[in-house]
Amino acid sequence: MNAALSVDGLEVIFDRFRALKGVSLEVRSGESYGLVGESGSGKSTLLRAIAGLAPVASGSITVNGKNLGKGRDKAFYREVQMVFQDPYGSLHPRQTVDRLLQEPLAIHGFADGEKRIERALDEVGLGTGFRFRYAHQLSGGQRQRVAIARALILEPSILLLDEPTSALDASVQAEVLNLLEEVRRRRKLTFLMVSHDLAIITHMCERLMVMQSGEAVENLTASQLVGHRVTKDYTRNLLRASEGFVRTA
Amino acid sequence: MSGKTSTLLEVEDLRVNFPTRIGQVQAVRGVSFSLGRERLGIVGESGSGKSQTGRAIMGLTPPQAQVTARTLAFDGIDLLAAPARERRALRGKRIAMILQDPKYSLDPVMSIGRQIVETLRTHEKVGKAEARDRALAMLEAVQIRDPSRVFDLHPHEVSGGMGQRAMIAMMLIAGPEMMIADEPTSALDVTVQLDVLGILDRLVSERGMGLIFISHDLRLVSSFCDRVIVMYAGKVVEQLKASELRDAQHPYTRGLLNCMPRIGFERHPLPVLDRKPEWAV
Repeated sequence: MNAALSVDGLEVIFDRFRALKGVSLEVRSGESYGLVGESGSGKSTLLRAIAGLAPVASGSITVNGKNLGKGRDKAFYREVQMVFQDPYGSLHPRQTVDRLLQEPLAIHGFADGEKRIERALDEVGLGTGFRFRYAHQLSGGQRQRVAIARALILEPSILLLDEPTSALDASVQAEVLNLLEEVRRRRKLTFLMVSHDLAIITHMCERLMVMQSGEAVENLTASQLVGHRVTKDYTRNLLRASEGFVRTA
Repeated sequence: MSGKTSTLLEVEDLRVNFPTRIGQVQAVRGVSFSLGRERLGIVGESGSGKSQTGRAIMGLTPPQAQVTARTLAFDGIDLLAAPARERRALRGKRIAMILQDPKYSLDPVMSIGRQIVETLRTHEKVGKAEARDRALAMLEAVQIRDPSRVFDLHPHEVSGGMGQRAMIAMMLIAGPEMMIADEPTSALDVTVQLDVLGILDRLVSERGMGLIFISHDLRLVSSFCDRVIVMYAGKVVEQLKASELRDAQHPYTRGLLNCMPRIGFERHPLPVLDRKPEWAV
């Protein structure tokens, strides 16, 4: 069993509010794992806790066999990178794409920055023509591509994806999902992906966890979900809701 | 009510232009349709002009923009020629609008009940006590379980779904004949989304209202509406019955339907839209 990422009994408490109530999960190396649930279910908090962005009260997080404490060191961020939901909020408005991509390289002391930036931009399908633009000169889809390039430039093995396409139009969403699948295949990445959309999760992930109010409702494989082989009413409700509006006359 | 034959709204060659430093931005470029007492969906991606179409009908276009149309008539009233006073009287009374996010569209410093009462008393001469009773009845009609408690709450104290129901209550209290709903459920969770749509659907059909449902979600719209208009780059590219969506002719409509992941239909990679410049001509 080689788990890229395992979480055991994780509790996150904001002031007195328990956002995560003892959640455990294990993501195998090279796997794509999905987290679904409504807003407030704790799916994003789980992701943020792994990235070191949420106050962990108890429980353990292990990445590539290494147990993480409270802080996160530079080595962690070379292994694990995150793509956020809002492409309008996650890029610095006064830095060019070039400057944005240089930042992680400078922090980690990479020498061949030029080449890496060019390669990263090519990889996400933008090309070097976008290198000296600002975020406001890009569309939502292009910004999300820059965010993905920034995450990939350190060559991490695990990508944390927090609703990476929910702010995008449907046609642009398809492009970004295809890009994510492609880089995952090419680089053998491990994905942990959050979405409120069951269709996206079944499309992108092999296994998934349904969450509700800070707890795991059930763990499923994508094919179980597709075949409606679910055991909990909550999941059934989500499935029904994803099929669209049905008039009860 | 004579059903679908009576035309509520007539739109012909509607255009909305925004003058900017780099020239005119044409947000809506010659949109025509008519609405009876039915549910009409307007679908398009961001920038397609769908919201500006709704806002132009409502009379909420920003002052610097120019709205022109050969016809823009609600129940025989020429909306573009009508004085501001008359339009104000129409807005809220006979034409209502629901916006996307109750967090931003409700007044944060006024209790929900007071906001509903305000709408009612702006348009009808009713006493305070009666207004309160009607607001409570309306809150009950949108399936809020404890109306008298919610009446005194402020918008930040309720959930998104509850806020959107309060918004619907506020819009329906003056008994409008036409409602424009601009992404009314996009800010809500999927399960709550269906509850809110169910309420909207029931009230619209009970009252025989005309509904314009603006959304980016083609599949949701087609499951909810009778007819769908698909917009691209400020123009209508296709108009069709929701039940005939599968037979859509325009490549944009078909691309939009196709590119969404669907449970039980594995496609890797997903088909993407190949935008043709001639679509925008």
